[in-house]
Amino acid sequence: MIEVVNLKKVYGKLTVLDNISEKINAGEKVAIIGPSGSGKSTFLRCLNCLEDPTAGSIFFEGKDLADLSVNINLSRRHIGMVFQQFNLFNNKSVLDNIAMAPILVAKEERRKALRHNFAVSVSNIFSKKKKAKCAVRKKDDIKKEAYDNAMRLLKRIGLEEKAKNYPSTLSGGQKQRIAIVRALAMNPKVMLFDEPTSALDPEMVGEVLDLIKQVADEGMTMVIVTHEMGFAREVADRVLFMDKGQIIEQGSPDELFNHPKHPRLVEFLSKVL
Amino acid sequence: MQAKWEVFYDKFIVYDGWQTVVDGLIATLQIAVSGLLIGIVLGTLIAAVKVVPKTNFVAKFLSVICDIYVGFFRGTPIVVQLLIGYFVLFPALGVQLKALNAAIAIFGMNSGAYISEIMRSGIQSVDGGQLEAARAVGLSFSVSMVKVVIPQAIKNILPTLGNEFIVLIKETSVASFITVVDLTKAFKDIASSNYEYIIPYLMLALVYLVLVIIITLGIKLLERRLAVVDRSR
Ligand SMILES: Nc1ncnc2c1ncn2[C@@H]1O[C@H](COP(=O)(O)OP(=O)(O)OP(=O)(O)O)[C@@H](O)[C@H]1O
Ligand SMILES: [Mg+2]
Repeated sequence: MIEVVNLKKVYGKLTVLDNISEKINAGEKVAIIGPSGSGKSTFLRCLNCLEDPTAGSIFFEGKDLADLSVNINLSRRHIGMVFQQFNLFNNKSVLDNIAMAPILVAKEERRKALRHNFAVSVSNIFSKKKKAKCAVRKKDDIKKEAYDNAMRLLKRIGLEEKAKNYPSTLSGGQKQRIAIVRALAMNPKVMLFDEPTSALDPEMVGEVLDLIKQVADEGMTMVIVTHEMGFAREVADRVLFMDKGQIIEQGSPDELFNHPKHPRLVEFLSKVL
Repeated sequence: MQAKWEVFYDKFIVYDGWQTVVDGLIATLQIAVSGLLIGIVLGTLIAAVKVVPKTNFVAKFLSVICDIYVGFFRGTPIVVQLLIGYFVLFPALGVQLKALNAAIAIFGMNSGAYISEIMRSGIQSVDGGQLEAARAVGLSFSVSMVKVVIPQAIKNILPTLGNEFIVLIKETSVASFITVVDLTKAFKDIASSNYEYIIPYLMLALVYLVLVIIITLGIKLLERRLAVVDRSR
């Protein structure tokens, strides 16, 4: 699903990602663990090019996202991302937080279809071979579908009565669950999570992890940076241990947690477990 | 004093001086409101250029142009800008503008320079995560700015923007340098028609004061409205 080839990220003199090559397969749940500053977030953020790689390639659906000629916006629509700080849009209601991007994207496609049809009508005047026009969705339909879908997602997480609220009125756990369904509303093929529960009060961690588990069980491909070792063990098919900008050990949760080999991993686990 | 009032009354009511004043007031408001709107649009564009990551030549080039623009309009008096614009620049470009429209254009460009700085600090006051989240769902930089970042920036800078509007209203009093008959010019004409200055000029000050108070109240109201939307609905 995602293939990372010789990925490098350098800030000034600091090498944060040191020539990483890694593959994330469709349907896989990959957890990334490692000490603070080891480059976990940077690695995750390079996967959708929120951070521009210094060198290397990120292949997603056959396109190299690191290549500047690739339209990154189109690819990002298939890569959901959930942040540690939730990052709900503060100027939008909960419902609009979820529905905004789907509506804007559908409207953009609508404009594209209109332009295409216009070009077809013009060329049909001059050529004998009549080309077909493509369907153009009604604006109202676009909105209705997006809002219906947003409402369905809100019902799923039991927050439908918060639809009209603004993010500032919600608890951290509610915000994060909304951030997750906001990403789901784009029907992503893969979801990236950067420490989704680290900014939460302890009593809210459970509700967010439960939702992530549900999404995992539905077969979503996932990459999760986490400090929740129990969660990584339970949900992940594969765990990557990062240290100093490299993935220095990886394997099934059982291999990694119960039979760690690399001394730095042993040391790390002794601190966090 | 009685006599002075009579002279003013005569000029203001009997000889239709109020008509000029109303026209002047309208001109002042036109310049200030249109100037503010042009300033917001220009200022937002300049601020956007300034906050785009300067990764390529075009971005750097535009940024330098904006710096020069802002430097010029902040570094010279508005009167000088009016004179240069109306008597030198517009004629040289072959643009024929009525004095009022020229004043609107120049005040707009002037406030654009100031608002760009306000807007830039407003954009920077919006948490970077907001832009990241918008980019992460696949929105382009410009759409993300327009839909997510700039609305929040404008809310943050509303008090400062209101202040800019007040400054603008007061600054329009120099528009008569390029023959615009604004509020100040209207009262000045009344005063100099019979060399009685006290009442017309005190009235002039009063009208500006009332305008400023009304705007201040309006902004307070708007702020409170937006704050309510923020808290709950
Ligand atoms: N924009 C930046 N400019 C300079 N250095 C940066 C930048 N972003 C990250 N770094 C550095 O890169 C290194 C890796 O950061 P990163 O956030 O990827 O670590 P992490 O593994 O996610 O840590 P944590 O567990 O604390 O979140 C750190 O040393 C950090 O200081
Ligand atoms: Mg991190």
